[in-house]
Amino acid sequence: MSVSEKSPAVRTGEPRVALRRNRGGGRAPKVHPALWLFPLPAVVIYVIFFVGPTLQAFQYSVTDWDGISSAFSNVGGGNFSRITTNDDLFRGALTNNVKFLLVVVIAQTALSLLLALLLQRNSKSSTALRALFFLPAILSSVSVAFVWKFMYDPNFGLINQVLGGVGLDRLQGAFLGDASKAIYWVALAQVWAHAGQLMVIFVAGLQQIPEELYESAELDGAGTWARFRYVTWPLIAPATAIVVAYTTIQSFKAFDLILGLGGNPPKGSLDILSTRIYTTFTNSRFGYAAAESVVFMVIIALVSFLQRRAVRLTQHGV
Amino acid sequence: MAGSIGRRVILGIYALLIIVPLFVVLSGSFKSTKQLFDAPFAPPSSLSPGNYRAVLTDASMATAFVNSTVVTLSAVVITLAVGSLAAYGLARIPGWRGMVVYGFLVLGMAVPAQSNMIPQYVLFQSLGLLDSRIGLVLIEIVATLPVAVFIMTGFMRTLPRELFEAGSIDGAGPWRTYRSIALPVSVPSLAATAIFLFVIQWNDLLYPLLFIHDPAKTTLPLALLNFQGEFLTNYPLLFTGVIVASAPLVVAYVFLQRYFVAGITAGSVKG
Repeated sequence: MSVSEKSPAVRTGEPRVALRRNRGGGRAPKVHPALWLFPLPAVVIYVIFFVGPTLQAFQYSVTDWDGISSAFSNVGGGNFSRITTNDDLFRGALTNNVKFLLVVVIAQTALSLLLALLLQRNSKSSTALRALFFLPAILSSVSVAFVWKFMYDPNFGLINQVLGGVGLDRLQGAFLGDASKAIYWVALAQVWAHAGQLMVIFVAGLQQIPEELYESAELDGAGTWARFRYVTWPLIAPATAIVVAYTTIQSFKAFDLILGLGGNPPKGSLDILSTRIYTTFTNSRFGYAAAESVVFMVIIALVSFLQRRAVRLTQHGV
Repeated sequence: MAGSIGRRVILGIYALLIIVPLFVVLSGSFKSTKQLFDAPFAPPSSLSPGNYRAVLTDASMATAFVNSTVVTLSAVVITLAVGSLAAYGLARIPGWRGMVVYGFLVLGMAVPAQSNMIPQYVLFQSLGLLDSRIGLVLIEIVATLPVAVFIMTGFMRTLPRELFEAGSIDGAGPWRTYRSIALPVSVPSLAATAIFLFVIQWNDLLYPLLFIHDPAKTTLPLALLNFQGEFLTNYPLLFTGVIVASAPLVVAYVFLQRYFVAGITAGSVKG
């Protein structure tokens, strides 16, 4: 899974410089003071342009600053109480984001695991198919959005044309035009773009499971399902945890895909938290947008924390 | 093996789900709107470059292409340089002090871009770095530095300590060891990291959208997005834009596939 595993060439450097002298004992060697200079450029850039602004977001979040005027007032927790109790736009975006998140996490995890199970062996055809399935992950989300805009186009789109062609006209739909379901269709486009990427993580996890475990399970009379349930599933738990955690963060960060499919600013039925913050910001409500971004950060931290707890519970539970 | 037919059917369907839309986009870029709507699955009747000519001249996509190339290449090189320096130092500093600095840098991966973009906008405005390619390069470096440090430190830690010690016994300082041992040995992982960064930065929409308003400074994803407003349902032109914007990555992917997979996977494990 790490870069090094995929890069056997790295190892060639090792023997040439092999152990000229091994310091006795396990004591940590003295740190050359100049080593501290190496992280310095990164730390300086990071503190000035990343950490500083992150802290400032908290500062702005208690103001009504519009981003232009030099005068603004401190509104205390006003922004926050409005976001949490009295902001339909924010609540709508949160609801959409939760729907999007649930569909993407469940569908993408299941699909990428299925594909990985089918393609875990390193045969020529499996390797080629893995490469094909990974391909959409390198396209920009705006490009993916345009591909799916045409898939979903109610009049000329591929899906409705195919459905019409095979006589399933009654399944034809408005897709993105149907406000109550639009977000699910965007979720599907997201799964299309990234299932192959997460498949690779599962393949790496599956290939680490020793073959003997399957053999002995088979000797014990375990069928395909039992082998999956009692050998594969528990042993790929670490990969599953990574996939679920990554997919969750990815679902909060989906931004380009929403703007590509939902317009800029996106229609209400497709607004999620990241696009809501952006729209508030472009309406010159810097203070309020900063408050939204703080709430956003808290939500992500909370979800990640709960997820980690859940993973730990299930791993101890089995 | 049982289920072998089921396996083929599932894989076949999924392969079609990937190939067909991409084929429709590619062939659609050579069609007129009417041809596309009448027979979306048919191959183009001729490879007429009309759409490409229109896209590259009319819609400032050519400018965007140049800007994307310049900005992405600069940002990737600088992120790699700054990130690999940090990774090298942090992998060699033992004990909790190194860990604290590492943890501090890597913590940035947990902060979503939308959470600090507003103060960043204000900061860049005060520095005169809005509507500037230099500003764009800088913000892309800033946004990807935490994950770059994460990937490269993870790699440098797997290098055997003796590799560095051998250098210092020969009288080489940390800088010489970095230049003549750590970097050459890390080429494959640097390549994977570079590709990972290239894909993210080339495809990024958020920061150009925030920081760039001058059409002369636009990048490909932003140009594409604006395109949509201009040619609402002129799909052949939109598709041509998609091809132009994706071609460099797809061509590189064909040749450097393992590095793409290694880099993007390393990035997604914690990114």
